[in-house]
Amino acid sequence: MAEGVAVAAGTLEIDARGVYYRELNARVRTQLDGGGCTRVLIRNVCGQRYIGTGLRRPVRIEIEGTPGNDLGAFMDGPSIIVYGNAQDACGNTLNSGEVIVHGRAGDIVGYSMRGGRVFVRDDVGYRAGIHMKEGGGRRPVLVIGGTAQPFLGEYMAGGVILVLGLTMPPGERHRADFIGTGMHGGVIYLRGQVEGWQLGREVGTAELDEADWRQVEALVHDYVACFGGNAGEILSGQFTKLFPLYLRPYGNLYAY
Amino acid sequence: MKSYLAGRFVIDRSQDRCIRCQVCVRQCGFEVHSYDTEDDEIISSDNRCVGCHRCVVFCPTGALSVRANPLSYRANANWQPEAIEDVLKQAETGGVLLTGMGNDKPYRIYWDHLVLNASQVTNPSIDPLREPMELKTFIGAKPARVEVDPASGALATSMPPQVPIDVPILFSAMSFGSISLQVQESLARAASGAGTLFNTGEGGLHRSLYRYADHAVVQVASGRFGVDAGYLEAGRMVEIKIGQGAKPGIGGHLPGEKVSAEVAATRMIPPGTDALSPAPHHDIYSIEDLAQLIFALKEATGYSKPVGVKIAAVHNVAAIASGIVRAGADYIAIDGLRGSTGAAPKVMRDHVGIPIELALAAVDTRLRQEGIRHRVSIIAAGGIRSSADVLKAIALGADAVYIATAALVALGCHVCQMCYTGKCSWGIATQNPYLSRRVNPDIGAQRLANLLRGWSHEIQEMLGGMGVNALESLRGNRLHLRAVGLTEHEMRVLGVRPAGE
Repeated sequence: MAEGVAVAAGTLEIDARGVYYRELNARVRTQLDGGGCTRVLIRNVCGQRYIGTGLRRPVRIEIEGTPGNDLGAFMDGPSIIVYGNAQDACGNTLNSGEVIVHGRAGDIVGYSMRGGRVFVRDDVGYRAGIHMKEGGGRRPVLVIGGTAQPFLGEYMAGGVILVLGLTMPPGERHRADFIGTGMHGGVIYLRGQVEGWQLGREVGTAELDEADWRQVEALVHDYVACFGGNAGEILSGQFTKLFPLYLRPYGNLYAY
Repeated sequence: MKSYLAGRFVIDRSQDRCIRCQVCVRQCGFEVHSYDTEDDEIISSDNRCVGCHRCVVFCPTGALSVRANPLSYRANANWQPEAIEDVLKQAETGGVLLTGMGNDKPYRIYWDHLVLNASQVTNPSIDPLREPMELKTFIGAKPARVEVDPASGALATSMPPQVPIDVPILFSAMSFGSISLQVQESLARAASGAGTLFNTGEGGLHRSLYRYADHAVVQVASGRFGVDAGYLEAGRMVEIKIGQGAKPGIGGHLPGEKVSAEVAATRMIPPGTDALSPAPHHDIYSIEDLAQLIFALKEATGYSKPVGVKIAAVHNVAAIASGIVRAGADYIAIDGLRGSTGAAPKVMRDHVGIPIELALAAVDTRLRQEGIRHRVSIIAAGGIRSSADVLKAIALGADAVYIATAALVALGCHVCQMCYTGKCSWGIATQNPYLSRRVNPDIGAQRLANLLRGWSHEIQEMLGGMGVNALESLRGNRLHLRAVGLTEHEMRVLGVRPAGE
């Protein structure tokens, strides 16, 4: 077994090699929901979907390998730490809890999350943070250490996305376009170069104000606490704030 | 801009009968009537009237009547008044025309060209007043075969989750937001009392309705409004909304002014913002992706309840339904061309999709041909107006039907098609508390329960007349249908013979 991950006392280890997702998740669920166990380390994960999906208690799941799609979907409370890359729809409709990915994540990370936090060390795929929303005192957070593919923050209705651009060579601009298309709530902070034509029509840009900086600083420190790095160096970069120009982007579309 | 549109209706007020009580002034959500204190006179702005009859029904002296504006255009088969008025409205607003309720165009209503069978002499009819008549229906996937343990006589096959309903009629998806909380509560209570289900629509389940969650179909749509693990766990079935008959291929925009504090809390968004549900789920671009979401929901609910998929009836519906079955859905809801809505672009409502009768027959036929019909239940929706329509749908292959317009009509709706304005005088499609309190859930639930009771008795009578004592025996039994006035092609799609043959 065993690269790298130290096993904390009281952690149940599960070897996922060759185990079908349904059986694996049933085992995880049985242990965490009924078995009195609060920490699970799953080794040799290779594409099993739905790990942590629908779990509703504050347990900790560590994953070695590459979990499959819908990691932590509809999750309400647990912490998932992935030592590897995550695939599509990680944190789909996340309600509360966190997903920390020591690697990259695929498309639609944090789709429609309305609470909790997703931290991805490296890049993410298309439509990250789509439909993120907030309300009832909850404000979801998506932090991306690298860069994102197009449609970042599409239809975003709330929450915070922070993109740090750490995987890009210095001076290079982000490649995503259609950023924030349909955005009507929330805020995106982008470190590094971005041109106006890369943004959706519903998006405005601004310098960060004091409250923005406080938020970004806190999140960068959390990022560094998860993945290492130099917070001061990251914060010395150029940041742009992206915000929705309209609360109701399509309010004038219809004849009443 | 000066509007060039003439009013649709004329209000006749008998001055002899009018006692200036101002009930009409208060009842109208569209502010048609106003009271002139100086002249002690009620003035009506006819051009605002939508023809919902609220004032007529509530006038204590019967002083009011509403009729269509007899204003005539020069006769023109091509330029009908509706076409002229639509152009004028768009010239004045530059907007997409909105409408409410279902398609009002004269597409053929196949229910009205299908007739049911009855027994005469050779096999006796059954009297449902004296003999048991089974309407119970189980929604959920069925195994290909069942095995019984010969020793104990118990079922040895493990069954997929089944939801029994006492009548084959469910209340279709209507979200809190599109309708008032009082209406959703009326539906929830009626469904609980009658042993059937109501559908939350895509607006989440208000905290006060969680006590009826055991009778709720909880919907998951692209915007994921109000969806969390607790909501999925609470519902009796989970429904992925892909499409809706009134607007196939497009999503929904609930305008900010309908997003009250309570709607916002239930949808998990801030009050006053538009609630946007675009047409695609952004995690679904294929049948394989659909399977992924179906199983995400099954994982989240421990494989304990059916997960279904609702689609609009479109040209390729049979092939799509086959894909949905193979993706692992436990039921498919098909919503036809005449399916209703709280708000849709008129052009979509009136021109996109196919009639439910044809879609239902095509899906049932296709799934049978492929040997997978047992793997799903089919719920037919969009244009069910009576118990006869219900029974014809079941004979065409449906396991059950969804009703929405019929349920709202039971609560007072006069189908004026103005739901999208949020001004509903009947207090149904509105979030204005002054209007919405007009629906008392005690009375609403009673009216809905009465409707289901009446239809159930009629269904039993019709079944008995056919000599059938269980709905199951009629399901997909198209020999009990005959066509009147349909073309050969239509009869082929429907799988029915002409009357007399």
